[in-house]
Order: sequence, then structure tokens, then C-alpha cells
Amino acid sequence: MNKRIFFQSLFVIFVSNSMAQSAETGGMPQLNPEYWISQIFWLVISFGGMFVILSKIVLPKISGNLEARKSQILENIEIAEKQREESETKVREYEKIILDSKNEAKNYFNDARKKVIENINLKKESLENEINEEIKSAEKEINDLKNSSQEKIRKIAIETSSDIVKQLINVDVNSSSISAIVEDLSKKNKDKYHGI
Amino acid sequence: MAANPMHQFNVYRIGPEIKLGEIDISFTNASLFMVISSIAILVIFNLGSKKNTLIPNKIQLLAELSYSFIAKMINDTAGSKAKPYFSFIFSLFMFVLFCNMFGMIPYSFTVTSHIIVTFMLAAFIFIGVTVIGFIKHGLGYLKLFVPSGVPMVLLPLIVVIEIISYLSRPVSLSVRLFANMMAGHTMMKVFGGFVVSLGIIGGWLPLSFSVALTGLEILVAFLQAYVFAILTCIYLNDALNLHH
Repeated sequence: MNKRIFFQSLFVIFVSNSMAQSAETGGMPQLNPEYWISQIFWLVISFGGMFVILSKIVLPKISGNLEARKSQILENIEIAEKQREESETKVREYEKIILDSKNEAKNYFNDARKKVIENINLKKESLENEINEEIKSAEKEINDLKNSSQEKIRKIAIETSSDIVKQLINVDVNSSSISAIVEDLSKKNKDKYHGI
Repeated sequence: MAANPMHQFNVYRIGPEIKLGEIDISFTNASLFMVISSIAILVIFNLGSKKNTLIPNKIQLLAELSYSFIAKMINDTAGSKAKPYFSFIFSLFMFVLFCNMFGMIPYSFTVTSHIIVTFMLAAFIFIGVTVIGFIKHGLGYLKLFVPSGVPMVLLPLIVVIEIISYLSRPVSLSVRLFANMMAGHTMMKVFGGFVVSLGIIGGWLPLSFSVALTGLEILVAFLQAYVFAILTCIYLNDALNLHH
């Protein structure tokens, strides 16, 4: 209720105010043709001047700026793309280099291993040769010894047998006959003593 | 006097009386604001196009955004054939927008709240569009008044209606802008008057209303400029691409 009275009073004040004053000035100034021609004239001047300057000078510049920016951005994108490609090829090259050097390192390692193994084999062989030679010489010595010992044993056998015969029957026996007997015996017992 | 809501629309002479023969073309407050708006547009867009940096500064961004905004609007409504008329529609939109916005400054004058100004703009657009239509299509432009797919019986009626609607275009275009601006400014003045007459006790309500109305009016100022420009585009579209 209070609200309604408030708004009604507002309206009354407004209407009385505006009616009193519009009566003074006579309605809408827009419909007063006194300055119409002047307004049209100045509208043509200001709008026309602005239109001419905008369309001849300002707008082409703005559109040129926009075009320039667009083309520059496209150019930059192109350059960036190119650089990206370049960097990719560089990365590929780098990876290839790393792979190559890895292979090289592997080869070096393999070579070194081969060399070492060869060296070892060589040394082993020469060592074996030496050992074999030594064994051979030792065997030969043994054989020599064996042969010479047989001869010596025969001699000793002949001497001792002649000595024993002399002592036993006091007869000087011919050494050649004794040796023949010893020879005979030794041949008989060859298998017994030497196992040859 | 100052409390009269229509007082703000008074046109009065500034400076000496200029007469061209019998015709009075004196410089008025309306002329002053037309010139101020035009110069403001030129200054802003000249500053916005002076330097071409890859990353635009604020004023350049403003100029370029408005450029692409209007270019997109024209392209969307009137197609690519409307490109030659870009600078006219751009100037039109900016002029109406700046006049509306300058009108929002207290104690200033709203150029577009005068029917004669908006009617001149609308009449120029109407005549221009009609001339373009006849140049592009010859007498075929009259097909605009004969929509396709209408029964023969209804055709006389439809043609009359179409002609009336075509002829009322400048009126509707001009009255829309003029009435919006005048009504908004009158309303703000009325509420401002309430603040004074209700005093410190009751004046807060109309004051808050006035503040809200200011925001609304700024929106309306932009919107009406946009509507004015887009309707021009639509009329231009009719003249360039005859669809009927």
C-alpha cells in the first residue's frame, strides 16, 4: 500500500513537472525544423569527411597491417617448421653417430679380445713345444742311459763271471767264450730283466 | 528548465550565425558533437593503424578488432559481394556508435536522438541500396516485390505489401534508432529529476535506477549501432544477391 502511494506520487510529480515544462518549450525539440537544414549540412560534412578519410587512408592501412601480420605469422610458422625438421634430422644424425661409435667400440673390443686370445694361444703353443722338446730330450737321455747300461751290465757280467770262475775253479777262461755264454743267457732272460 | 526531460534535446546555435543564402546552417551543439564524434573516430583509428607491430598495442588491437568484427558481420550477412561497401558500413557503424556513446556523457548532446539525423542516414542508405539494386539487376530488381511460390490469387496483395514494407525501411530504420536514444535519455533524465525532487530520503531508489539505466543505455547505444549497421547489411544483401 505504502509502495503504491509512493509510486503514484512519483508519477504525479513527474507528470506535473514534465507537463508544466513541456508546455513552456512546446513538445519535442526534435520536431522543431528550425535547425534541420543545419543538422543535415553538418552531418554531411562530418560524416562525409570522416568516411572519406577512413576509407582512403585509415582502413587500407588497418587491412594492410592485418595482412602483413597474417603473412608474417605464416612465414614464422614456416620457418619454425623448417627449423623443427632440421633439428629432427640433426637428432637422427646424432643417433646415427652414437650408433656408429657404439659399433666401433664393439669392434675394437672384439679385435682386442681376438688379439689377446691369439697371443695366449701362441704362447701356449710355444710353451707346449718347449715342453715336448724337453720331454723328447729327456726320453732320449733315458734311452741312451738304458742302452749304455745294458752294455755296461754285460761287461760287468762277463768280468764278474770270469772272476767267479777263476775263484771257483782257478782256471783262466777265455773272455770271448764267457761273453758268448753271457750273451746267450742274457738273450734267454731278456724278457725277464728288461721287459722289452 | 533543467528538470525538463526534453530540454536535453534542444538544438541551439554555437558561435556566429552562418547563412547560405536564405538557409541557416549555423554551427549548433548538434554539429559540435557530430564533429567531435568524427574526429574521435579518426584519431582512434589513425592511432590504431599508425604502427604495425607483430604484437599489437591496446589501441591497435581495438582498431583491428573492430575492423575484423565489422568485416565478419558484413561477410556473414551480405556475402563477399559486399566488400566494396565495407568502408561505408564501417564508418556508419562507428559514427552511430560514437554519437550514441558521446551522448552518454552527462551534459553532452546525443546526435542520434534527432529524427532528422537518423532519417538522413536511413534515407541515404535506402536510396543507395535501391540504386545499387537497379544497377546490379536492372529492372529485374523489381522481382524483389514478387516472392516466389506465392499463389497467383494472392500475388496482387503480396506485391502491395512488399512494396509498402520496402518503402517503410528508411522510416523503421531511422525511427528505431531515434526512438531508442530519445526514450533512453528521457528516462534517465526523468529518474535524475526524481532524485532531486525526492531529496536525500527518497532519492536513493531512483538514483539506483538511474545507475542501472546508465548501464542499460550503454548497452542500447552499442546495440542500436549494431542493429543499424546489420540492417544496412541486410538491405545491401537484398540488393546484391536477389533471393526472392
